[in-house]
Amino acid sequence: MNDISQGLLAALRLIVTFDAELWEISLRSLQVSLTAVIIASAVAMPFGAFLAVQRFKYRRLIISIMNALMGLPPVVVGLIFYILLSRSGPFGVFGLLFTPWAMIIVQIVIITPIIASISHQAMRELWAEYHDLLISLNTSKWQRIKTLIWDGRRNLLTAGLAGFGRAIGEVGAIMIVGGNIEHATRVLTTAIALETGKGDFALALGLGFVLIGLALFVNISIHWLSRTERERRW
Amino acid sequence: MFPLCLSNVSVARRGKSVLGPVDLVIDQGGPTMVIGPNGSGKTTLLRVMHGIERISEGTAAWAKPDHANHAYVFQSPVVLRRTVAENLSYPLYLIKYAKPEINTAVEYWIERIGLGKVANRSATRLSGGERQKLAIARALIRDPKVLFLDEPCSNLDGQSTREIETLLLETAAAGTRIIMATHDMAQARRLAADVVFMKSGRIAETGLAPDVFDAPKTSELKAFFKGDILE
Repeated sequence: MNDISQGLLAALRLIVTFDAELWEISLRSLQVSLTAVIIASAVAMPFGAFLAVQRFKYRRLIISIMNALMGLPPVVVGLIFYILLSRSGPFGVFGLLFTPWAMIIVQIVIITPIIASISHQAMRELWAEYHDLLISLNTSKWQRIKTLIWDGRRNLLTAGLAGFGRAIGEVGAIMIVGGNIEHATRVLTTAIALETGKGDFALALGLGFVLIGLALFVNISIHWLSRTERERRW
Repeated sequence: MFPLCLSNVSVARRGKSVLGPVDLVIDQGGPTMVIGPNGSGKTTLLRVMHGIERISEGTAAWAKPDHANHAYVFQSPVVLRRTVAENLSYPLYLIKYAKPEINTAVEYWIERIGLGKVANRSATRLSGGERQKLAIARALIRDPKVLFLDEPCSNLDGQSTREIETLLLETAAAGTRIIMATHDMAQARRLAADVVFMKSGRIAETGLAPDVFDAPKTSELKAFFKGDILE
């Protein structure tokens, strides 16, 4: 209990004093995770809708693989990308290792199957509802996908937020490819891991509460901005 | 685009025959009422004519195929998760109508079906009758030559049924060919110019409405009119 109350106090002190390092780490966390979510969503959501409307030979296999990839171990992803992005690896020439972009890339790999799978599930249900109407209206495949994405945007928002939740809380992979370098690749989760390792549980908990607050803030803001709960138009 | 000729058409699902073999010619005129007991193949026949059902055998061909000139209203009205006005504009948006034309058409139809007050509300919050009127207006907004309706008034109250029937009669009078499935015999009598009677996936009898209703030829249709249970 003592650690928790100290953690709360530490969090409060960091926020009230506008601690520069906390702001830097928090903004980097947001920047990395939101960039990863935006890029992953741009790929995963149309892909989920495509899998819902299109029948082809290996569709079920692809859906099974996509669902299985939701459980991809982040540490393994981090390790693989460490090898790929290291100087001697095939993509070493780009010099991405230990940069925020390496962290974004591994987060994209981790969250794309999650967003795609949840999107596919939502789009499949909507497609079952719309199927006859859209076929009857002689719509093209692209028109069907666009319609599903637009009308299913609430569910897709949930898929995106699930991806964001996974990304903002991720530590293993970004620690490996980011390196937790101060003023360069340190984010909230890696900072928490570092402070825990140093035995400064109060500060680690403080950062943890900031992380939870940040995740809640983003979720609530997106719901508010998209008016999902304010207006009953759809 | 007429006539539509169905020649030896059969539909099977998972190896089980649900329609046919069926031979039928649909020419101008109507409204045509497709009647018959539940499970007799009325919906499948309509879907075949509209071109959204895979045919196992035979052919269903219009003299001049033009799918854009058909519209279909389903038994359970499908409404898009959009506002009432957006539901109406959707078919026109698909065929890239100009925005002023879309607005004019939407305003006209929204007033015609009496949903002006809820134009900007979600269509998913409408009552069953309002949903069905919206579905019919959405089908008619492209001014189709042929309108298929699959039991559009099942589960609706009397007032909604009357409003929809009035709309359909006006639509037919304006030149749209109406082909409608119903198991409501009173409604069939009110609307039909000609009748197709279906039983066990086959067409058991066809003819002009007065002939069919006043002097049915087959024992099945006589039994159906008597209210017997047909298997």
